[in-house]
Amino acid sequence: MLARLRQFGRAGLEILSTLGRAGLIWWQAIFRRPQFRHWPLYVRQLYQLGVLSVLIVVLSGFSIGAVLALQGYNQLVRYGSESALGLGVALVLVQEIGPVVAALLFTGRAGSAVTAEIGLMKATEQLSSMEMIGVDPLQRIVAPRLWAGFISMPILAAMFSVVGIWGASLVGVDWLGVYEGAFWSTMQEGVDLRTDVLKGVVKSVIFGLVVTWIAVYQGYDALPTSEGISAATTRTVVYGSVSVLVLDFFLTLVMFQL
Amino acid sequence: MSEYQIQLEGVSFSRGRRRIFDDVSMAIPHGKVVAIMGPSGTGKTTLLRLIGGQLSPDRGRVIVDGRDIPLLGRRALFDVRKNMGMLFQSGALFTDLSVFENVAFPLRIHTNLPEDMIRDLVLIKLQSVGLRGAANLTPSELSGGMARRVALARAIALDPEIIMYDEPFAGLDPIAMGVVVELIRTLNDVYNMTSIVVSHDIVEASSIADLIYVISDGRIIGSGSPDDLTKDDSPRIRQFMGGLPDGPVPFHYPAPDYETQLLNNAGPGPGD
Repeated sequence: MLARLRQFGRAGLEILSTLGRAGLIWWQAIFRRPQFRHWPLYVRQLYQLGVLSVLIVVLSGFSIGAVLALQGYNQLVRYGSESALGLGVALVLVQEIGPVVAALLFTGRAGSAVTAEIGLMKATEQLSSMEMIGVDPLQRIVAPRLWAGFISMPILAAMFSVVGIWGASLVGVDWLGVYEGAFWSTMQEGVDLRTDVLKGVVKSVIFGLVVTWIAVYQGYDALPTSEGISAATTRTVVYGSVSVLVLDFFLTLVMFQL
Repeated sequence: MSEYQIQLEGVSFSRGRRRIFDDVSMAIPHGKVVAIMGPSGTGKTTLLRLIGGQLSPDRGRVIVDGRDIPLLGRRALFDVRKNMGMLFQSGALFTDLSVFENVAFPLRIHTNLPEDMIRDLVLIKLQSVGLRGAANLTPSELSGGMARRVALARAIALDPEIIMYDEPFAGLDPIAMGVVVELIRTLNDVYNMTSIVVSHDIVEASSIADLIYVISDGRIIGSGSPDDLTKDDSPRIRQFMGGLPDGPVPFHYPAPDYETQLLNNAGPGPGD
């Protein structure tokens, strides 16, 4: 009994100290005066994390939009209300699937890369040597990646939704023959910029923050060995994906009550 | 100013339960090449990290240029580090920058020199390690010995007073090793630096060191000039300097009795 209690206490302490270290990294990387001479690094990370993720996001967005249209059409046509297809697809994409799936894809593509890169920099003593040269790796390595993830996530989610709606219109309007005017006008009337779209944006901003934070922390805290880096990369994908899904539930819960 | 550039006074340091240093004191004089030797795993690299302020001792003082390193704030510490160069075992070149940019890195960070002056300084430093021609290569195109020389050029970019070498001879072919040995001594004399060489390569380290400290089991077991140490007849020093496999520093990692373990089929093994 006592041993179990002790184990429990130790696990609790470990979680607390992990959170503390992660918080410290975040605090020091984000809330210190940004260094303008580092701006090329920020641009580069925006390219690495954001621009290079566009292809996978666009492809997935298109497929998911097309599938949503197929499934939605088959259900709606039974009640003769296939004209609401545009509205349904747009709401689902903008509020839920866009932010969530884009964040999951981002975790797998960019998050894992960030963890592996920082972990390897640690293993090859690049972070130490940077410190010895008198440069804080938190500012030079971590901050640009955090900001890049934070900025590119909402843009990627928006792209996902837009391409998804386009895919749905191709399937619904051009292929299955839903009346084009109805498809777009129900969407225009039913999707509200300030509530529906904003909910999606808020979600994706939070996801971007959480996912890049996890990725950066796992890399920075990785054991500097091959196993350590591989374990850290796995943790980034697992923790990142699970946090996105769990957070999504709670964010939706909170937002629907507002 | 004290005649010593770096002083350690009663430094103790533990990692987890393992005690790495126990009440270690040493003094490193200006302008000399000092070798810190000892078997692998005795915390020689940790010692450099203590001097560089990347780690803090549990007890004791680490004094560099009269300043107590563990007590310094972040900014002051980064300031002291401008005066220190460190050559890491792996070279630790930044893989996303070219050779030229690696050497230029400290200059760009700490100075506001115009671009043409940075260019000249980088070329001078690369020339002094014999790699001016490699300026446009990327670190992945370098051999191990070349990478270490580029890292050396980067470490001396700001003309530091102190330079620390972490196992500079490990894993080099004989020619590259000769080049690095020669470079350490030459750079020390030309730039009037204080050099600290952490190594377990007795022959190479002794050939360039003015002063040697031998560390084992968290303590300093001997110090002096290379000649003094070869004449020293304490068994531990003799074992280390002579490269004998067994002696006071045991060959075997602590283990249960050999015979008992074999006979009783106890302990680790495929049977578990």
